[in-house]
Amino acid sequence: MDKKNLKAWLYLLPAILFLGAFMVYPLIDVLIYSAEEGYNSASQTYFGVGLYNYSYVLHDPYFLQAVKNTFILVIITVPVSTGLALLISLGLNSIKKLRNLFQTIYFLPYVTNTLAVGLVFMILFKKNAYTDGLVNLTLQIFGAGPIDFIDGPYAAKMFVLCFYTVWVVLPFKILILTSALASVNQDYYNAARVDATPKWRIFTRITLPMISPMLFYLIITGFIGAFKAYSDAVALFGTDLNAAGMNTIVGYVYDMLYGDSGGFPSYASAAALILFAIVLTITCINLMISKKHVHY
Amino acid sequence: MKVVLQNLTKRFPNSNRKIHQDVIAVNDFSFEIPDGKLIGLLGPSGCGKSTTLNLISGLEKPTSGRIFFGEDDVTELPPENRGVGLVFQNYALYPHLTVLQNIMFPLGNLKGAQKLSKEAMREKAFEAAKLVQIEGLMDRKPSEMSGGQQQRVAIARALVKMPRILLLDEPLSNLDARLRLQTREEIKRIQRETGITTVFVTHDQEEAMSISDMIVVMKEGVIQQIGAPQEVYDEPKNLFVAKFLGTPPINVFSGELRENRLWIGGEAILETRPLPDQKVKIAIRPEGFIPNENGALTLDLVGVEVMGRDTTVVSRHPDCENVEIRSIISSEDRLSVAPPKVCFDIKPYKTFVFDPESEERIAFVKEDMNG
Repeated sequence: MDKKNLKAWLYLLPAILFLGAFMVYPLIDVLIYSAEEGYNSASQTYFGVGLYNYSYVLHDPYFLQAVKNTFILVIITVPVSTGLALLISLGLNSIKKLRNLFQTIYFLPYVTNTLAVGLVFMILFKKNAYTDGLVNLTLQIFGAGPIDFIDGPYAAKMFVLCFYTVWVVLPFKILILTSALASVNQDYYNAARVDATPKWRIFTRITLPMISPMLFYLIITGFIGAFKAYSDAVALFGTDLNAAGMNTIVGYVYDMLYGDSGGFPSYASAAALILFAIVLTITCINLMISKKHVHY
Repeated sequence: MKVVLQNLTKRFPNSNRKIHQDVIAVNDFSFEIPDGKLIGLLGPSGCGKSTTLNLISGLEKPTSGRIFFGEDDVTELPPENRGVGLVFQNYALYPHLTVLQNIMFPLGNLKGAQKLSKEAMREKAFEAAKLVQIEGLMDRKPSEMSGGQQQRVAIARALVKMPRILLLDEPLSNLDARLRLQTREEIKRIQRETGITTVFVTHDQEEAMSISDMIVVMKEGVIQQIGAPQEVYDEPKNLFVAKFLGTPPINVFSGELRENRLWIGGEAILETRPLPDQKVKIAIRPEGFIPNENGALTLDLVGVEVMGRDTTVVSRHPDCENVEIRSIISSEDRLSVAPPKVCFDIKPYKTFVFDPESEERIAFVKEDMNG
């Protein structure tokens, strides 16, 4: 028995070493950093241990702006992208002709580089000295004035960021949902048809419960992904996100480490741990709700 | 409700696109299901019996032909307006709903004047559940039940809306042997109690024979024979029907008709009415053998299986199509076996003669032998 145990540990050793060095140790380090007050990265010294770093971060207007931006982004994009993906998947599932073609088209954004997509969005939305951008030109047809989506009002910028995020996350959700829909046994639908079940009732009483595990998976990973958003904002608004007022929590962490005001690993660690606490709470709530509503 | 199928044909495009010829699942199918009877559609897999069921339910549209429920032509009606109850092979119970919710599901679809209150729906669901004896399991989920119980729930769900016709697709194939016996009796009882015209599909001839009022034997989309189970068993119209019904299967020999006698190998086994000489296939039911030391037919003995109630003699013959000939002898009959040979006399009314080309039956029995 002991020999067997030894062997098992031997097999696990590479993974444990790897995870220990690159995950567990940095995690503990972050925790330590976040508690070291007045840490100086040049001299590697600090004054004391306490919660000052958290207090600083929580009172930093840039951080509060980042939290607000992140929450708006999460609350808008997760439901919108999941709902849209469900609609599109239902549509894809009900057509026969050209289904593969449409599936491919809807999947394309997934294999496209984020920054390239950001560039395209900039071209579509940005107003400059030569042109108002394609979106504004379109808006003008309907008599709406040119809006500066990239450097203009906050709502316009947030709209572009949400639009962009939804567009980027949609393909993966569509992929998951179309396969979930396709895996529902056709017999359930036949049984419902023979019993004269109205279409809406089939959707709410059969289709939705059947795909609910996948739906909740998408919602949970969607929340986590949106809370960790950063590169999307950079792609649209450049690296100085604080100036644009469009920073996210991860962006704030990055700026604290390497930005113009960089060199504050303690603040960065505190902010990162606050984000971790938020994501953990939301995920727990999600799982609690899903236990009640997901069948099987 | 009487069901009439008129020249029903269903073609599917060939799944192999290079072959442009359609697959004919059901070919010129005509028969009438009398009101309140239990009908078994019987045939090997791929013979079109499930397609026939789907045509009756409306899930498939016929390529040509008409379907009548009573006097109504329902050919163009979608399944939701036909009022049929359908039980699927895998039951298709909604896994996220309880038994009660499953049974109530069809009632929740009723509209307008037919709409029921929650209490009325519950009451009806319990009525249906009582009929199939699952009223004690109403709060369970399908995954918490055995196959037999799920089967009953599926039947209750099909019955709760009082369908004009009840259709069962391979209802017993997912059950173990003991449950199968029990459930088929149950289906018979439920059908008798409700009096609903019922059609069920099976590839198991024993199942079909045991509970049907009438069986329809199909092969490659074509009806081979329709009749009461015993009648089809005793008077098969062709070699396929003779081979398909009965366990152990019928023993088929190649023989010939000569000088108004039936010959297998060099032995004349039976006298016949006057018939032209020709090569024939001779099929003898396992129970058609009478042990006799000086019997007409000599077989190479392989072994004897004693089953208590009766004895199976296993033997071989070079002219037999079956690998082994199985003959069932009542254990009361004295069996004296002198290996390596065993001799039998043959019962004429358990023996059928078929044309080797058309495989149609040739009546051969002499009048005075009809016992």
